[in-house]
Amino acid sequence: MDLFSNPLGIHERALQARSQRMELIAQNIANADTPQYKARDLDFKQVMNQQLGQPIRATDDRHYAIAETTDSNAVKFRVPFNTSFDDNTVEISVEQSNYGKAAADYQATLSFLESRVSGIRKALKGE
Amino acid sequence: MSIGNIFGIAGTALNAQLVRMNATASNLANAGTTASSEAEAFKAKRTVFKALVNENLTNAGAPYVGGVKVDRMQDDSTPIQAIYDPSNPLADAGGYIYPANVNEVTEMVEMMASSRSYQNNVEVVNTARQLMLRTLELTRT
Repeated sequence: MDLFSNPLGIHERALQARSQRMELIAQNIANADTPQYKARDLDFKQVMNQQLGQPIRATDDRHYAIAETTDSNAVKFRVPFNTSFDDNTVEISVEQSNYGKAAADYQATLSFLESRVSGIRKALKGE
Repeated sequence: MSIGNIFGIAGTALNAQLVRMNATASNLANAGTTASSEAEAFKAKRTVFKALVNENLTNAGAPYVGGVKVDRMQDDSTPIQAIYDPSNPLADAGGYIYPANVNEVTEMVEMMASSRSYQNNVEVVNTARQLMLRTLELTRT
């Protein structure tokens, strides 16, 4: 952990990705009644791969395997569970639960950032 | 791209849902009206939404790209059922009057749907606001 060149680590960029995801879901909820609107979501893993400059890999047998994605655009269209008569693919219950999850993820990243900040503070004070 | 944009996006949706609710109120208010010709008869108004998918549809740099707007108002295409009522002062030469093509049940459903959508977007704003405040708290830990 390099304290001065990169004090907040990956969490700073993670927070940006989290807020981008929340924005996309907010767009979906806003367009829940728009004919022909296609719901979109962010592929978080792909964003982080781009941010890190190297793919997230399973480097140990006990790691969970993750599917490889090749295209560069991290914003993807959601595949709806049901069809609708106006070609809108927003399913409000799905979006609501995803928004709740995204908000919790955002708070999780915030907690990491908070502990980073308080850690650095402690280190600087030398208590 | 920041959490602040959520307020703009949800704001456009609140606006659009309010227009839809207004249209419903107008439809319900005019449900009992009659006219002496089919052209004059009141037709239920329907809002058609459109996604603000890119900058071309908004002012440059506006914080609500991805939101929604009311594209146009459309007359409901339900045919008007003429009623034979020669004693009515509004009756035409053949004795027919032309009531509005408003279906109260449809309008009530529209009203509930738009109010639910409105609530959803209020909730989106609330959550975003809480997260924003927590992010600001970061400086105090």
